[in-house]
Amino acid sequence: MSDALLSFIGQGCQMLLVLLVAPAVTGLTRLVKARLMRRKGPPLLQVYSDLIKLVRKEAVVADSASWLFRVAPYLIFALTWVAASLVPTFATGLLFSWTGDVIVIIALLGSARFFLALAGMDVGTSFGGIGSSREMMIATLAEPAMLLVVLNMALAAGTTQLPEVAKYFIAAPLAIRVSLALALVALVIVALAENARIPVDNPATHLELTMVHEAMVLEYSGRHLAMIEAASQLKLVLYISLIASLFLPFGIMPVTAGPLAWATAGLAWLAKLAGAAIILGVWELSIAKMRVFRVSEFLGGAFIFAFLAILLSFLTQEVLR
Amino acid sequence: MSHVYEVSHFLAGLMLVCSFALLYQDRLLAVLRIFAAQAIILSLAVSWEAWTQGRPHLFITAALALVLKGIVIPIILQRFILQLGIHRDIEKVVGVVLTMLIGLGLAAMSQMLIIGATTGAPAQAREGLAIALAIILIGLLMMITRRNAFTQIIGFMSIENGLILAATGARGMPLVVEISVAFSVLIALFVFAVFVFRIRERFDTVDVEALERVRGDQP
Repeated sequence: MSDALLSFIGQGCQMLLVLLVAPAVTGLTRLVKARLMRRKGPPLLQVYSDLIKLVRKEAVVADSASWLFRVAPYLIFALTWVAASLVPTFATGLLFSWTGDVIVIIALLGSARFFLALAGMDVGTSFGGIGSSREMMIATLAEPAMLLVVLNMALAAGTTQLPEVAKYFIAAPLAIRVSLALALVALVIVALAENARIPVDNPATHLELTMVHEAMVLEYSGRHLAMIEAASQLKLVLYISLIASLFLPFGIMPVTAGPLAWATAGLAWLAKLAGAAIILGVWELSIAKMRVFRVSEFLGGAFIFAFLAILLSFLTQEVLR
Repeated sequence: MSHVYEVSHFLAGLMLVCSFALLYQDRLLAVLRIFAAQAIILSLAVSWEAWTQGRPHLFITAALALVLKGIVIPIILQRFILQLGIHRDIEKVVGVVLTMLIGLGLAAMSQMLIIGATTGAPAQAREGLAIALAIILIGLLMMITRRNAFTQIIGFMSIENGLILAATGARGMPLVVEISVAFSVLIALFVFAVFVFRIRERFDTVDVEALERVRGDQP
């Protein structure tokens, strides 16, 4: 089989896989949390059934909603899905990998967030407005930190193409690099904030005063809600894969290695996802949610860590030259 | 990238992170713990230099840092804080964000400065100097921005941590000087402590803002 065909098939596999696996990751996190609280918890497949049920149900749209309200869920889902297809999961050198680098991923996620915030304000309820305003506050703090982390990795690997960065770190000899550790901390903080996880937001409540993400999507129902839920599940998988491909890239294969190698690489990826979902569940149970106004300090910490990471890696480069 | 350099870079980087944590933290006991952690990392860094460069007298410096600043001084300060009953106080740090940004600027500036000024020196020394200068400047910044007498003391002590780090990297400071610096810091601690207790006695607070009132130039 030619390499072009392999990269095409690999890309298709990845796009389908992220879609299929995403609800299970969210479900696993919920299951872990429930078990740690000594509840039985919903089974893993519950999230899938929820999505199917939502798709079948009638979508109720408020009278004051504009066309944007109907379009936004599909846009958000599509943007997130495309972004997820650019992150290396099990193979490098996929079809899309040369069409977009990590800056594009950040831009896609940023556009998805923009539409979500617009949709939150569209109906004109006060909850949607407060959710959008908080989401934008979090985003303005998280995005610079995210860009700094990514630039730090790009400085080390010499490219902003994520698959190439992953390849570089697979090939690089094992070393103690304090800048990478700092970048990891910063990226984890950003990922927690972007995915509306504790301590920034609580995905499990509908408590008025603490909602951010849930407040924006409060007006959605039926298939629109299904799209938004699926998009946020995809985003979680995207961030876990991003962190794994940058800091734990073992097992990622070049796409030319063939389907058998893909299978082992895919298993490694699934194991990483499951591990991250379990850690996320334990983490969410072990700490409390922050006040909204302390989030800026939390995310400011991410910015400081990312900046220090760049300073230190720059220092190493200059000193060793 | 050599193994030796990596470990010392790692330890120095951790010390810098501790400095930022000191700048950020507003709970007194937590500040104390971070300071102790920084001193312990310093002693690890110094012992690593001693081990890899074959300079056994540095082990004495490391032991001094560990025992005095990692254990004795934090314990004494903690007892003071508990005696004064201010261990639950949360200091009002003015403008954390601005302070942190200034701190980042100082760290970047000291790097540019040292990289420019020390071309040709061995990598480990340059790196140690750059981070040490950043730690010293951040310690000064902490003394400027804090109003609580205790956190000012800790800022002063963390400056001394930076000095020791600079001295071990630059293969310069004689042992006698190091020992006398270590003990003068200990003596400074007692002088500080006496002053803090006096301030507390007179003004019923350890906030140095209260001292502003006794300046002659204000009505």
